[in-house]
Amino acid sequence: MASAILLQQAIALAGRFPALAGVDLAVDEGELILLSGSNGAGKTSLLRLCAGLLEIHSGRASVLGHDLRRERRAIRSRVGYLAHSSHLYDDLTVEENVRFAARAGRVGLHTVEPALERLGLAGRLRTLPLSRCSAGQRRRASLAALLVRQPELWLLDEPHAGLDADGRDLLDGLLVELRAHGATLVVASHEPERVWPLGARWLVMAGGRLRPAASGAPAGGGLSASGAASATGSEPARGFGLVARGAAATRGEPVHVA
Amino acid sequence: MMQHALNPSAEGTRLAPEERVPGARRTGAPGGDSGREGWLRRWWLPITGVTGVVGVGLTVWLGLWVTPPSAEMANLVRLLYVHPPVAWVCYLAFSVTTLASLAYLWPRTRAMGWDWLAGASAEVGVVFAGLTLASGSIWGKPTWGTWWVWDARLTTTAILAVLYVGYLALRRVPADPTVAAKRSAIAAIIAFADVPINYLSVYWWNTLHQTGTVLNPTQQIKVEGIMAWTLLLGFVAFTLVYVWMTGVRFRIAALDARLDSEGLEIALAERESEGVTQGADAESATRSLSGVGIGLAAPEGAHFVAAGGEQ
Amino acid sequence: MWRDAILVAQKDLRVELRSRVATNQVVPFALVVLVLFAFALDPSTGLLRQAAPGLYWVAVCFAAVLATQRSFSLEPGGDALRCSGLDAAGVFLGKAIAVALQLALLQAVLTAGVVVLYGVSLRGGIILLGAGLATTVGLAASGVLYGLLTGGIQVRETLLPLLLLPVLAPVLLSATRVWSAALAGTPSFADPWLSLLAVFAAVYTAAGIVAFPALMEVS
Repeated sequence: MASAILLQQAIALAGRFPALAGVDLAVDEGELILLSGSNGAGKTSLLRLCAGLLEIHSGRASVLGHDLRRERRAIRSRVGYLAHSSHLYDDLTVEENVRFAARAGRVGLHTVEPALERLGLAGRLRTLPLSRCSAGQRRRASLAALLVRQPELWLLDEPHAGLDADGRDLLDGLLVELRAHGATLVVASHEPERVWPLGARWLVMAGGRLRPAASGAPAGGGLSASGAASATGSEPARGFGLVARGAAATRGEPVHVA
Repeated sequence: MMQHALNPSAEGTRLAPEERVPGARRTGAPGGDSGREGWLRRWWLPITGVTGVVGVGLTVWLGLWVTPPSAEMANLVRLLYVHPPVAWVCYLAFSVTTLASLAYLWPRTRAMGWDWLAGASAEVGVVFAGLTLASGSIWGKPTWGTWWVWDARLTTTAILAVLYVGYLALRRVPADPTVAAKRSAIAAIIAFADVPINYLSVYWWNTLHQTGTVLNPTQQIKVEGIMAWTLLLGFVAFTLVYVWMTGVRFRIAALDARLDSEGLEIALAERESEGVTQGADAESATRSLSGVGIGLAAPEGAHFVAAGGEQ
Repeated sequence: MWRDAILVAQKDLRVELRSRVATNQVVPFALVVLVLFAFALDPSTGLLRQAAPGLYWVAVCFAAVLATQRSFSLEPGGDALRCSGLDAAGVFLGKAIAVALQLALLQAVLTAGVVVLYGVSLRGGIILLGAGLATTVGLAASGVLYGLLTGGIQVRETLLPLLLLPVLAPVLLSATRVWSAALAGTPSFADPWLSLLAVFAAVYTAAGIVAFPALMEVS
């Protein structure tokens, strides 16, 4: 299977602080990754690195077959990153925001209506200025703005935060649906019990690295299998290149949302 | 521990020497190679400094005691040996900043050394711009009767000084070194683009709207013999002082960067140890959740994947 | 590039129409500056009328700093611009167009203000219009360029004027000369000011288009 994300000894700095202190990660296309860890463990930095927003200081990295040092712009057009703070305009309505996202992302406006409906924003909410939306409504609007662009790799930072029970169910359903359509998802969450049952591989971050969980843990095993394989392989550099090319060659169709 | 098993090559690859200073990967540029400090520690920098300072001292002695006062300007002419050389160094310094910024932005010559050079040169340049304005004013008071004349060159120099004060303020904003370097380089170049426009506007402003051009004293004085030699010595001495000051400042920047990269190793080690305790917490959390995990209802369409089995 | 420029300009102007920061804050601010100048320089001595061109353009420059700041504070911040997939040069042009349109509106109001409050009469409409246009483009382009340069910085409110205002010195000087000539009744295309303003606008527009892709990565 092709790799959506491949990191080897990735170090990234926030100012002079090593936010990521040597991350090894291999994520296959179509996988759902649950990322947990305490505050300041480096989850957001890892997502930003994969979104092509954080400069990599040393190590190797490729996302969707693109080199993370040189092709960050290409990566950004194929990745959907849900940040902690919304990337939407307070003075525009929900619908205007989603339409702007669609046009900026160079996708047709035909995706706007299905996305609004999918996130439960098709009613009177669509004409509400974002400044008057609640935190949960903003989060849904942000997800809709991502959905219209049909990214192949979703990087979600605390997507459940601020959502009510309905919203959470909606989000879980969306994650399952996206995955069924072949999208790769990385979800950073403090509520692993919500994401894990969706069939996630569970990785734990601490101190700017991915930590292997105890052998008895249900999800930690994934790391020792994939992370160790990429880092301790006999010829990691060559293996890396092959996998990266493979990912580019077998790039999937964009995700279509009903 | 476990993470060492995951990265057996940690010592070898994580902080390879060429990666210690981000961006400083190429040789040939100042600061680009590991011989950087050796090159700087060599004899030439202190010698340049000593020669420069002695030269300035000699210029002062020649200018104040040996050279004759001029017929038109009397003792004021002695400022001639200081003002033009200082102004020359100011323009030289800003030109070096611009060239170094260009060299940094050019992908094939990109190295942190250019950024350090740009910063060092701009700092010295601002000091000399201040000296230029001060000596110009001291000259202006007895010659023109005012401390300040809106002469094209004087005004441009003043704006130049303010432009580069802003540049230095921008440099001082904390950021990732490569980010700050790129940002500063772009700022230096777009600021420099303003200089010719500035000069033209002030020049035209002067010639079109002031009766009579400002006196240019150097054209009225015959510079010959010992005066010419003193002036030449002034140029050389102040240029050497500039090279010395910039070199010292450059070296401080290089050492700063080395301190940072060594600090990074410490910070990485700290981050690692922070992870060990947190990792243990996360592990126990994982374990406790695995107990209840089976009982959690999965939404329609979800499927469990056996841990590690998918590989 | 132009597609994204129009998209960004539309969006900025729509946000502006909703929030009305330019019309409710920036324009009134510039008018207040005009009134304060009148208090500072005694209107009865005729000094105010003589100084009117300079005062007018100083007010415009201050307002341009505010408009630029607003142009970037309306952005959601963080990584929004980079995540949007917009072409960097398009973002620059779009923002510059939006700022330029707001500055044009501001100048229309301020010109009326100067005529009414300072009692000046201007001649040479075409030259004034041309100078106004070139100045507006130059102010918008340099402003947006420096706005992004200081975009990701915490101390942007204080750093932007420090960086931008010295750069605007030739614009202020040239535009003031054009106005002085118009005030004296001798506006002329022979003076170099108009071309200087055009060169400034061209240089900073080109610089913005070239520098924006790199700047967006570091902001």
